[in-house]
Amino acid sequence: MTETLAEASPLSYEEAMARFDPVLGFEVHVELNTKTKMFSSAPNAFGDEPNTNVNPVCLGLPGTLPVVNGQAVEDAIKLGLALNCRIAETCRFARKQYFYPDTPKNWQTSQYDEPIAFDGHLDVELDDGEIFRVEIERAHMEEDAGKLTHAGASGRIQGADYSLVDYNRSGVPLIEIVTKPIVGAGERAPEIARAYVSAVRDIVRALDISDARMERGNVRCDANVSLMPKGTTEFGTRSETKNVNSLRAVEHAVIYEIRRHAGVLSAGGSIVQETRHWQEGTRTTTSGRPKSDADDYRYFPEPDLLPIVTTQEWIEKLRAELPEPPAERRRRLREAWGYSEAEFRDVVAAGLMDQVEETVASGASPAVARKWWMGEISRLANARDVDPGALGVEPATIIELAGLIEEGRINDKIARQVLEHHIDGEGTPQEIVKARGLEVVSDDGALTAAVEKAMAENPDVVEKIQGGKLKAIGALIGPVMKETRGQADAGKVREIVLSRLGIEG
Amino acid sequence: MTEMIRLTAAQMAEGMRAGEFTSTELVQAHLDRIAAVDGGDRGINAFLHVSGEEALATAAEVDKIRAAGGGGTEALHPLAGVPIAVKDLIVTVGQPTTAGSKMLEGWMSPYDATVIEKVRAAKLPILGKTNLDEFAMGSSTEHSAYGATRNPWDLDRIPGGSGGGSAAAVAAFEAPLALGTDTGGSIRQPGAVTGTVGTKPTYGSVSRYGAIAMASSLDQIGPVARTTEDAALLHELIAGHDPKDSTSLVDEVPAFAQAARRQDVTGLKIGVIRQLQGEGYQEGVLARFQESLDTLRAAGAEIVEVDCPSFEYALGAYYLIMPSEASSNLARYDGVRYGRRVLPTDAPLTIERVMGATRAAGFGEEVKRRIVLGTYALSAGYYDAYYGSAQKVRTLIQQDFDAAFEKADVLISPTSPTVAFPLGEKLDDPLAMYLNDVATIPANLAGIPGISVPGGLADDGAGGQLPVGIQFLAPAREDARVYHAGAALERLLAADAEPLWARAPELQTPAAQTAGE
Repeated sequence: MTETLAEASPLSYEEAMARFDPVLGFEVHVELNTKTKMFSSAPNAFGDEPNTNVNPVCLGLPGTLPVVNGQAVEDAIKLGLALNCRIAETCRFARKQYFYPDTPKNWQTSQYDEPIAFDGHLDVELDDGEIFRVEIERAHMEEDAGKLTHAGASGRIQGADYSLVDYNRSGVPLIEIVTKPIVGAGERAPEIARAYVSAVRDIVRALDISDARMERGNVRCDANVSLMPKGTTEFGTRSETKNVNSLRAVEHAVIYEIRRHAGVLSAGGSIVQETRHWQEGTRTTTSGRPKSDADDYRYFPEPDLLPIVTTQEWIEKLRAELPEPPAERRRRLREAWGYSEAEFRDVVAAGLMDQVEETVASGASPAVARKWWMGEISRLANARDVDPGALGVEPATIIELAGLIEEGRINDKIARQVLEHHIDGEGTPQEIVKARGLEVVSDDGALTAAVEKAMAENPDVVEKIQGGKLKAIGALIGPVMKETRGQADAGKVREIVLSRLGIEG
Repeated sequence: MTEMIRLTAAQMAEGMRAGEFTSTELVQAHLDRIAAVDGGDRGINAFLHVSGEEALATAAEVDKIRAAGGGGTEALHPLAGVPIAVKDLIVTVGQPTTAGSKMLEGWMSPYDATVIEKVRAAKLPILGKTNLDEFAMGSSTEHSAYGATRNPWDLDRIPGGSGGGSAAAVAAFEAPLALGTDTGGSIRQPGAVTGTVGTKPTYGSVSRYGAIAMASSLDQIGPVARTTEDAALLHELIAGHDPKDSTSLVDEVPAFAQAARRQDVTGLKIGVIRQLQGEGYQEGVLARFQESLDTLRAAGAEIVEVDCPSFEYALGAYYLIMPSEASSNLARYDGVRYGRRVLPTDAPLTIERVMGATRAAGFGEEVKRRIVLGTYALSAGYYDAYYGSAQKVRTLIQQDFDAAFEKADVLISPTSPTVAFPLGEKLDDPLAMYLNDVATIPANLAGIPGISVPGGLADDGAGGQLPVGIQFLAPAREDARVYHAGAALERLLAADAEPLWARAPELQTPAAQTAGE
């Protein structure tokens, strides 16, 4: 009975919310960008030929022993501090034992009852500026598994003709951040889910401990969802959607699971405790393997590693190295720059906060910095399929361009061309303007000739202007610009037209 | 010429330095001896693999350096050119490593164990890999997937275990030195029953990197030799901090060989462990033990009795911790990446069924027994009752030792409660087999050093005489003390008779057998 009901139609989100309160929980895995792996000296690098970044230790060969990566420990302490956690005085690794071909020792070296960081919280800012506090249970260190590729029709292990294992990722350092159950999210649950993962990613980026690229799996999120009938407080059975790899997917996975649970529960069924797989194409989840609390990993302390002892001195040294918390930094910059909510959010979403900050710090006005980074630089970067930051535009260049416009030596359109020439390596804006003769044409003689030519060729426009429709002057500016290769000063063109027609400006 | 194999390692090194013979001659003599006594129906079967070519190449290198230096030895390690055998639990490039199991049949390690790197750097020719109980699980070397090793003192008896191959090789003059591993006594107990010397160093004294793990918190690589001095020389060579082993000690390597040359035992306080001399100990073993005490006392040592009340739980704790860790360490043998892979003959070929079939065929009975035991002991709901309690006992045993070492510099006991028992006698009685390690296990649980030195011969109950081992224990990091005490007893006993190792019976070589027919 339960089986059929486990597949009841999902309710609409509104209906689900009318009947149930969601409880969320997240396990976010952060792959660290250390030079070497968690327990071996093999390189930690992405995208190389399969099974090239391996050595006997991360292959789990007989006789090998782990050695803890000190940088990974420091990264974990920093992340713990940034998540307002307590740092353990001593912590220890344990063996989590299960058999799977991508786990070469058939156990994963992880932390179990003695994690390095615990009891923290993260204040998450929602779209309307409201703050929601997510309590952190723990952050612990562990190693990543290898990667399986299943050859066969479905690409899944079931029914595969054969499977290939790449151990390049085996032993890559991970920090797993586990939240306490998140209650009280209500209908904002999907938004909170997205904002939480986004906030964690921002922190990880600010700490520079991970490349934090979700599409590459540097940050992976397992989302737990359960429902309680409205007015009750006992947690329902949860499902765990594994490896959701974008912010949008986190949001939609939570929406779908809430709707699915609500459908099953409303139809009188019960939720099966299991892992689920996110299906990007249909924005749904599918059933994975059953998972019970009784999964027996037979944890025991890793005898090949000594406990890690953290001194207060060490922790304080690392605390002093922490960057400004991303949320605080955002608040500070938004105020300083005077952007609207929308303007600021766009800059953040475009990942251009650092560039804008640097440009402003170099002397540009916040408006100029935003205009260039969000406008032409982003457009060029997009056309060239690179990050805006990769174009090599310095704050000084933007300030120079803005200065040339302000002085009236070039107009906006020319400035955009100058920028492109600059990116192509033609020199500073000043040099480009000079070499290419791009200065605004404000010489009356040349302009007057061009205006007269345009008026002669467009008698209908002239007639309209004479009839009092001054706006029609715009129709003459185009041909004049063409004649002057875009270098005409539009204000001056207007003046000349009016004066030729004897109209008072 | 064949007599050069009947020297100690120190004497061999001296003989080469003095130009009496070359390393090539010495290695060849050992290879001849192995060819003569190791194979065949009644052979010792100490070696699973012999690497004659490689050993001779190393020997030639040493000879060349020595010849070029006109006898100068500055460039060479004191033991350079002295051949060595290696327990097949220690990985070696260019020679197979099987761990005595079908699971790793034909497997070649792509890397050398740290001890092997040191042995190679010091230019000791490696004669080959020696037999052992499968994955070091056993006290008789009968659990080897490649057949039992025979005790050179009596070919129908066990050579001890799990390092029976290494001990028998040294006792049968097939190698003057060998490397072993000791998890619950696997160096000391074979040493005791073959009349050789074996040391279990302080945990962390010698890097474990490259020793195939049985129980990580108990395993320790150590030397097997004819004399304490030889053992100390080899221990010095292989000891030292290894950045690849997080549990390896960062201390400087003490002068073990110097400790083994100390003459005086006056004032040395030797503690007799009350719990390790009663029930289950053979009369002859206790008699030799008593003689050892008398000899040491007569030489000026002070004999005191110490009490270690928690020792009665040591065997129980050991047989929970060891299989728990072993069940984890052996999880990697699944037929996926290396070693043996067995495909079920009927469909479907799922990963679980391939792993299952591989393990069913690849692991022997004793290994399976310990995996099942350990898996059970670590299971949710049993962890506290078994593994957790065993760890508490471990702490109590450490406290017993701490208290005992307040009263004594070293502790003494028989190494094994019995002399070598007949092959097959305890094969069907695992618990009787486990009892053999009762005296050696506490040192592994506490991480302290221990040595077994020959203490004379005792009746074997069938009209023969077999070696008895005497064990000395010292506090952690005080390995020098066990060499000092061991060497003292060795010298005192040799004052009246030839050293025990030199009295091993002549072996009937297959060649001699043929000639006699």
